[in-house]
Amino acid sequence: MAATNIKPANLRQLSQKEELFTPGHRLCPGCAEGTVVRQVLKATDYPIVVANATGCLEVTSSLYPFSNWRVPWLHSAFENTAASIGGVEAAYKSLRKQGKIPDEEIRFLAFGGDGGTYDIGLQALSGALERGHRFVYVCLDNGAYMNTGIQRSGATPFGAWTTTSPAGKAMAGKSQRRKDLTAIVAAHGIPYVAQASPSHWRDLITKAQKAFEANGPAFINVITPCVPGWGIGANQTIEMARQAVETCYWPLYEIEDGKLRVTVKPREKKPVTDWLKGQVRFRHLFVPGNEWMLEQIQADIDARWEDLLKRSEG
Amino acid sequence: MAVDKAEKTKYSQASSREKWGWRSIPLGGVITEAGSAELYQTGDWRSQRPVWHADRCTNCMLCWVYCPDASIKVENGKVVGIDYYHCKGCGVCSAECPVKPEKAITMIDEAEAGKEG
Amino acid sequence: MATRTALTGNYAVARAMKQIKPDVVAAYPITPQTDVVEEFSQFVADGLVPTEFVPCESEHSAMSTCIGAAAAGARVMTATSSQGLALMWEMLYIASGYRLPIVMALANRALSGPINIHCDHSDGMGARDSGWIQIYCKNQQEAYDTMLQAVRIAEHPDVLTPVMVCYDGFVVSHAMASVELLDDDQAAAFVGTYTPKYPLLDTKHPVTYGPLVLFDYYHEMKRQQVEGILSAPPVIEEVGRQFGDVSGRYYGLVEPYRLDDAEVAVVALGSAASTCEVVVDELRDAGVAAGSLRVRAFQPFPRDLVAKHLDGKKAVAVMDRAESFGARGGPLCTLVEASLYRAGKNVPVVNYIYGLGGRDTTTKDIHSVYDRIIGIARGGEVGQHYQYLSVRGGDGNGRN
Repeated sequence: MAATNIKPANLRQLSQKEELFTPGHRLCPGCAEGTVVRQVLKATDYPIVVANATGCLEVTSSLYPFSNWRVPWLHSAFENTAASIGGVEAAYKSLRKQGKIPDEEIRFLAFGGDGGTYDIGLQALSGALERGHRFVYVCLDNGAYMNTGIQRSGATPFGAWTTTSPAGKAMAGKSQRRKDLTAIVAAHGIPYVAQASPSHWRDLITKAQKAFEANGPAFINVITPCVPGWGIGANQTIEMARQAVETCYWPLYEIEDGKLRVTVKPREKKPVTDWLKGQVRFRHLFVPGNEWMLEQIQADIDARWEDLLKRSEG
Repeated sequence: MAVDKAEKTKYSQASSREKWGWRSIPLGGVITEAGSAELYQTGDWRSQRPVWHADRCTNCMLCWVYCPDASIKVENGKVVGIDYYHCKGCGVCSAECPVKPEKAITMIDEAEAGKEG
Repeated sequence: MATRTALTGNYAVARAMKQIKPDVVAAYPITPQTDVVEEFSQFVADGLVPTEFVPCESEHSAMSTCIGAAAAGARVMTATSSQGLALMWEMLYIASGYRLPIVMALANRALSGPINIHCDHSDGMGARDSGWIQIYCKNQQEAYDTMLQAVRIAEHPDVLTPVMVCYDGFVVSHAMASVELLDDDQAAAFVGTYTPKYPLLDTKHPVTYGPLVLFDYYHEMKRQQVEGILSAPPVIEEVGRQFGDVSGRYYGLVEPYRLDDAEVAVVALGSAASTCEVVVDELRDAGVAAGSLRVRAFQPFPRDLVAKHLDGKKAVAVMDRAESFGARGGPLCTLVEASLYRAGKNVPVVNYIYGLGGRDTTTKDIHSVYDRIIGIARGGEVGQHYQYLSVRGGDGNGRN
């Protein structure tokens, strides 16, 4: 069921909320994951319980005996975050129904990187979506297994350098196109699916609000630029997310009860090379002979953008 | 977010010098002190630091919403300063500050700054 | 008022779960456990239990869901076998490491490959170092009785360790037997209520489960964890005694059978121990001082009791329904020998690997084992220490 009663996000009001993800974590300077987590946690007033996949966010925020989480938080393994939060949610339903816990609203939130979501975590996510647990799954998509040192994932874009898809004499980065996980999730028919970017904070927080109010599973795929993994400056993460949106590499849209709507249309659609050239991981694409790769990337983006615009209602 | 460094809890003590024995820690590896990491100083990571210019600031709050480390101090919906105990000096706040012609947050070399904590 | 009815092991386990009324059951079907989950699903569908039943898409997700639910503060149960247990292997260690009192029924089935759906203990043995308490039941009655006891054992504040209730696939899980059930109120009173230690759902007191722990604390955490499982034996005995007071059926860590004055003994887990008892009776009728020892609590292993019961025997055979391959001795035998050695008891022990992949093990087979140890007891050579029981293809020179 579509969410109602979404209060427009207002930074002044939001800034007065408690920081549930405290500073003092070990994320790289500038890491967009910190930004995304802070924005998402502001999107509901209900108590939140979080499950987290193994990955950068998890290791940097839970280094014993320190925890950055002012909310109940569970990490158990890499590929099972959706199953874990499903278990917490099932316990909540059972205990609340039996009167063993107070009759209060709680929201369930899962964080997983593209590693723990597109690849090894896909089965658990799919199962939890099909079972209809009421939770919000936020995928922090930085396009590789970053925590273990930048290895390719199913989310790694075509042509990107990673340590397991390097650019060399015989191959020029990842030779496969990336998965469209947002579409895969949408195919499960859940109440709310979206793509978001920390650069477009109002769009992201509004989507998170809708996700928290969806009466069933909700999924938000968020582009989270990675300083070492992409080869960008620490102060460039938000700008790189913005350019991903403006080049339509990362379109911002939502699907509410099956109705697709593009939520941000760039005033001027920029060529993807604008975004690629600022990242060391794509540097080899600008070498003579690799023009076809740049053309393919642009063609893929254009085709998908056209398709989204066509399907977008309103 | 200001931190009173003198106020150390048992966990931060445990992490520095006095490691706790197996009989003293909560079962199952559970951390029972939510947010204990706030006591961990990441401010000493910096090689450059943001300087906030109150006279230019419009309180748009973008720096606050973008900071990965919640190190823009705000009170009653207004920016009041930088949390140097935690700020890692990434420079996102300055990069995103929309104020023209001079930004309300500029970056300076940490070596140039006084060693305020 | 207790009732007596005909039930298979699986249905008996499901009836125990029905009386326990766990808050959450997350499971995936696999032969030969499937009936447990199917029967329990029917209880849920009929509104007979308040349980949230989560039909997960794999066993790994099932155990992950159990962990999430238990960490949340719920009383959680599940069931699996063989490949299912193998698939959730990494999560078993996490469940015990997080000190979550999950109770799991394990219908013992052989591990692939090749695939075999019948009974042996390789599945449970593969998880013997996972930090779970493992109790091996010999029949349908004990499977039912032990499920009720397992909840009390797991949730005991000194223990707080998950428990696997093991029973032989098909032999017990699918065979019908006469089982006496406690009445619902007795069972509920025996099991009691559960107060979780660090529930995630207590949002006013947020806790962090599963931090990254480095070399400065992990070592201590494991030391702390082992204290839990090593506190279990007196709890298992006390709960077994209290269960006896309610039901008339008393349980402990081991079950000796005509062992006190026995000269020879066979040690086994599970249903084969029942068959041993039949053989022991036949031998006793023939004037042979034979006995048997069933180990019930396999993890934590009751070293002292085993050494005490086998002390002074002239020859012992340990029957293992699982292989350790390179160890030249099955897991039960290795522990029995270690127990004797630690207690300074020099008792001749031979090891028989039996019944793998559901190979039927008859009284005739077990008589051959007793013949062997009787021969040793009467002064014969010990001979080959480790061998397979009733396997085709021996070389004709006694090496099989």
